[in-house]
Amino acid sequence: MAASTAGESVIETRALTKRYGGGQLAVDGLDLTVPAGSVFGFLGPNGSGKTTTIRMLMGLIAPTSGAARVLGEPMPRATRTVLPHVGALIEGPALYGYLSGRDNLIRYDSADPAADPRTRRARVATALDRVGLTAAAGKKAKAYSLGMKQRLGLAAALLQPRRLLVLDEPTNGLDPQGMREIRSLVRELASDGTTVFLSSHLLDEIEQVCTHAAVMARGRLLTQGPVAELAAGARGRLVVTTPDPGDAARVLKERGVADLTVTDDGVTGEPPAPGTDLADLNAALVAAGVRVRGFGVERASLEDAFVALTGEGFDVAG
Amino acid sequence: MSQAEAAPVGAVTVDSVPVRKRIWTLGLFRSELVTTFRRWRTLALLAVLAGVPILVGIAVKIETSGDSPAAGGGGGGPAFIAQITNNGLFLVFTALAATLPFFLPMAVGVVAGDAIAGEASAGTLRYLLVAPAGRTRLLLTKYAATMTFCLVATLVVAATALATGALLFPLGDVVTISGTRIGFGEGLVRALLIALVVAASLVGIAALGLFVSTLTNSGIAAMATTVGLLITVQILDQIPQLHAIQPYLFSHRWLSFADLMREPVYWDDLVKNLGLQGLYAAVFGSAAWARFTAKDITA
Repeated sequence: MAASTAGESVIETRALTKRYGGGQLAVDGLDLTVPAGSVFGFLGPNGSGKTTTIRMLMGLIAPTSGAARVLGEPMPRATRTVLPHVGALIEGPALYGYLSGRDNLIRYDSADPAADPRTRRARVATALDRVGLTAAAGKKAKAYSLGMKQRLGLAAALLQPRRLLVLDEPTNGLDPQGMREIRSLVRELASDGTTVFLSSHLLDEIEQVCTHAAVMARGRLLTQGPVAELAAGARGRLVVTTPDPGDAARVLKERGVADLTVTDDGVTGEPPAPGTDLADLNAALVAAGVRVRGFGVERASLEDAFVALTGEGFDVAG
Repeated sequence: MSQAEAAPVGAVTVDSVPVRKRIWTLGLFRSELVTTFRRWRTLALLAVLAGVPILVGIAVKIETSGDSPAAGGGGGGPAFIAQITNNGLFLVFTALAATLPFFLPMAVGVVAGDAIAGEASAGTLRYLLVAPAGRTRLLLTKYAATMTFCLVATLVVAATALATGALLFPLGDVVTISGTRIGFGEGLVRALLIALVVAASLVGIAALGLFVSTLTNSGIAAMATTVGLLITVQILDQIPQLHAIQPYLFSHRWLSFADLMREPVYWDDLVKNLGLQGLYAAVFGSAAWARFTAKDITA
């Protein structure tokens, strides 16, 4: 299924903009490209416009200006043909508390005019099984825990084989075991060729499962691309662990290492320019009588990249 | 039925053509009915409606059992109440006349007001729309389900009244308002016709409630507004100085259903009532459609 769309983009927006009635600019000139077959992480602090973007992509909100294409079709005009191929979990699950888990899925499946009513029960059973809710399927949804509701929401998104899955904070409310299960489910779906668009505020989650990522802040797109490139964009840190931090800092400074930070048990600084061999640096430290316990360059995490981009901590609301 | 049907990809080879062909399947309507009638709230509303004819029947029975049966014809009370002791069938007409000004439209207002706004406040609206239910299709389904509720609610009142009337009072030939006598079978047909006309009289407030429902994301607010409008309209209809606008109030000719008990039937007000309900359905139905199809779904 992925073969037909390989090389194309599954989601593409051009100058997508949403200004709400109050004049508040929620999304500002967004140019987003989600390649087919990717697991795309959509990052940003609360209030940065992620959910508004997702709602525009799903045809729930009309953009003020700009255009969005999903599976090659313009949204929101083509909702009827596009959305049967898209599974979505938007801003947490929403269920009919007075219906059982199974009946909730039957209701959502009935809402899809492309779903064959003859195979409805089998589809629902498969989806329940896939998220591990078969045993609780007969219970009323209001008795579900947050994690079970989240799973049921995921099951609704998985009722049909999808070409695109849009998952807004899918591991919210899950225990660590549940998180692992969801992540492995996402990987499994991605290996089947489904493109997964995953919004999250958990950077390590994005780093673990995503191949691509985009970062938003205050309604604007800061960057997008393969996760490896984004992390590489932020430079790592040279970390020296030593009981003699003062001496180590002096030696490193002589060798031209910039941005030194001295702590009780070590020194960190910018890694040297590519011309300098790290081994020579270490040898110089030892030759100067510095007792070195640990020496190396720590790879930059996505969080470093994020902080470098936004210039602020992650939980700051835009 | 078995897993063997789960696997085929037949349902999945969707491109625009088969989707378009199957867009008007009744699956969503059936699901809507199940969802509506499985709620405790709906069942409670129906139970209250069923209680009215039982109460009226028992009250009339107690009132008249002490005196001689013929002396029950006091002045007040809903239409036809004086005839109940002679013929239990009249309890149907009395119960409908008693519930139509308030109980029935209130129940319809609750269901109609909650239709879209309730889904919005529960958050389920966004999932129905990305399913994708389609906005026009969902609105039409909601309206159809609300009108089904109008019919069911009216029939619940009529059926309970008939059962109570048959239990407590004698049945027999029916004396019409015009003074002529018709057979019991003919009387039953008239009762059914009256129930249908009463259900149709609720079409206007159903459309109004649905429109209100598209304006807000709070189900409670939409229900309260719709019931509030009902009360306001009922009050306006009582103020003599406002007689100029009264013919346009949706409740103005509600009690015209009594004309079906004339011989021959006096159609003038009945037709005007149904026309007015149609007008309300058209105006507020279009308004609801215009609002809902252009609305940003932020809930």
